Amino acid sequence: MASKNYLSGIFGPSPVAPLQSHMSVVDQCVSKLVDLFENMAKGDHAAVEKVYHEIAALEQKADDQKHLLREHLPSGLFMPIDRQDLLDSLRVQDLLANRARDIAGIVVGRKLQFPKNASIRAIELVKATVATCHQALKVVNELDELIETGFRGHAVRVVEAMLIELDDLESETDRIQVELRNALFEVEKDLYPVDVMFLYRIIESIASIADDAERVGRRFQIMLSK
Amino acid sequence: MDYGTTYLVLAVIFGLFMAWGIGANDVANAMATSVGSKAITIKQAILIAAVFEFAGAIMAGGQVTSTIRKGIVDVSDLGATPEILVMGMLAALLAAGTWLLIASNKGWPVSTTHSIVGSIVGFAIVGIGADAVQWGKVGTIVMSWVTSPLLAAILAFLIFRSVQKLILETDAPLDNAKKYVPFYIFFVGFIIAMVTIVKGLKHVGLELGGLEAVYVSIVVGLAVMFLGKFLISRLEFEESNDMKFHYANVEKIFSVLMLLTACAMAFAHGSNDVANAIGPLAAVASIVDTGELSQKSPLPIWILFVGGAGIVLGLAMYGRKVIETVGTKITELTPSRGFCCEVSAATTVVLASGIGLPISTTHTLVGAVLGVGVARGMSALNLGVIRSIFMSWVITLPIGAGLAIIFFFILKTVFT
Repeated sequence: MASKNYLSGIFGPSPVAPLQSHMSVVDQCVSKLVDLFENMAKGDHAAVEKVYHEIAALEQKADDQKHLLREHLPSGLFMPIDRQDLLDSLRVQDLLANRARDIAGIVVGRKLQFPKNASIRAIELVKATVATCHQALKVVNELDELIETGFRGHAVRVVEAMLIELDDLESETDRIQVELRNALFEVEKDLYPVDVMFLYRIIESIASIADDAERVGRRFQIMLSK
Repeated sequence: MDYGTTYLVLAVIFGLFMAWGIGANDVANAMATSVGSKAITIKQAILIAAVFEFAGAIMAGGQVTSTIRKGIVDVSDLGATPEILVMGMLAALLAAGTWLLIASNKGWPVSTTHSIVGSIVGFAIVGIGADAVQWGKVGTIVMSWVTSPLLAAILAFLIFRSVQKLILETDAPLDNAKKYVPFYIFFVGFIIAMVTIVKGLKHVGLELGGLEAVYVSIVVGLAVMFLGKFLISRLEFEESNDMKFHYANVEKIFSVLMLLTACAMAFAHGSNDVANAIGPLAAVASIVDTGELSQKSPLPIWILFVGGAGIVLGLAMYGRKVIETVGTKITELTPSRGFCCEVSAATTVVLASGIGLPISTTHTLVGAVLGVGVARGMSALNLGVIRSIFMSWVITLPIGAGLAIIFFFILKTVFT
């Protein structure tokens, strides 16, 4: 008789779990960059290419999840967070995975390798960037606690502390980035100019990942203040 | 009166049909929030619904029944032809029942209350004349369809905010939940007992004085409060410093207490919605019994039993499936939210029952859900449903009225 029921119809699909799952895939995707850069330092092109495919697959997975979440977010939904904030957050999260794939693509395509001294710094930068990404994931994973408490009290304080840590982690990547640029600058005259250009571009992209991870956190700050 | 027995038998059958429909469909909405948040099993839901719908109908259903029975139509002009009212009430029952059958088949958010009120008004306009409708009273009823979800929303908002303040946003949510939640239970028990004693029991022939009522209500409130405390004390919590576990434990407490609020919901629903089925039956029975329109006679208790039995029958035969369907779809609702919604909806409905206003339990519940949503307590609500509820108001009244008019003329032809 009552195949459709309007009381149950009022409860829309919660966007929280899909958003968290998306961020978790993005985090896995970005984390692969550590493998990529370590193999790159060893000059193991086959292994680099294998990691590239893993990154591409994860990026694709994140992309699919992004589309799925967007489809399930009709504009009539009434949510404790602004729909636009949520979509923005999703877009920035997705950008992280896109950048990771772009970096991997350039590395594979051009068989790039950092010169010896710079290479250690580069791995350091990637690790620090992955740490900011982990931290952003941690913040996103607090969203269900925030909703549980209705964006008040203890959970808010926890997230605020996490955001401060996120800022610190991002500043750390800035610092390493400067060192890496210096290390590269010292030896760039001896390298093939086009490669150098792409190495700088990679550094830029990695730094952007850290920036964007911080932006994911900043979206949360906006959500909290409403 | 000619056909007296026939009228009565028909009225009982139609009334049972209507009550059956309420039990089969409507009750599910009252129970679904508890089932959906996994606070109770379907079996428990059916048991609770059977007992408390019945209790609500008999102990607190009198006031709304009397509104439906004699509050909408002014019969003073009918004089020597009381049959008109009999046929009109039969037609109204048939019309509302038919419309509900169609609507629930299609999944439209149609309320039993709106259907029956629309049907009675429709028959009165055509069968007796527009002057016979007590428009003032009808206006009050229609207003209450707006104010009751609104009141539930405001209550739910306030209750949820207080739950946030006292429990969720503190550093020790679990301890505070243990401490404060029993008071909410007391509040529900007290209000329901108070309304039942002051307004409901007089229809059963029991009357308590003002202060006595307060004392008894306090005792009832305390009794359920201690029952709640007992239920909480039986819970086992996983110890952990992780906040996630704290919230899981807090939800456990609310979950246990939704057992009690589910009882309150069933009671409230029984007290308000049973009238839709038995109000017209009561009108018919009184005319057949006395042969006149006076309607001064008190409500015979057997009529309340017919309503209660019909609801339980519908519930047993069909309600299980509907509760299952609705319940499994409401999975996004956590116990703390469900608790706030049920407390405010049950309170609002019981208050309306006390004043004698027939309102829609489901719409009230929807109002409560929105109230919690406004307090940022729900992860996602579909506002399209609100629009379809408004649409159903606009459609149900004329259709109920139209159907009642058709059935009225059919009955008139058959019996004369």
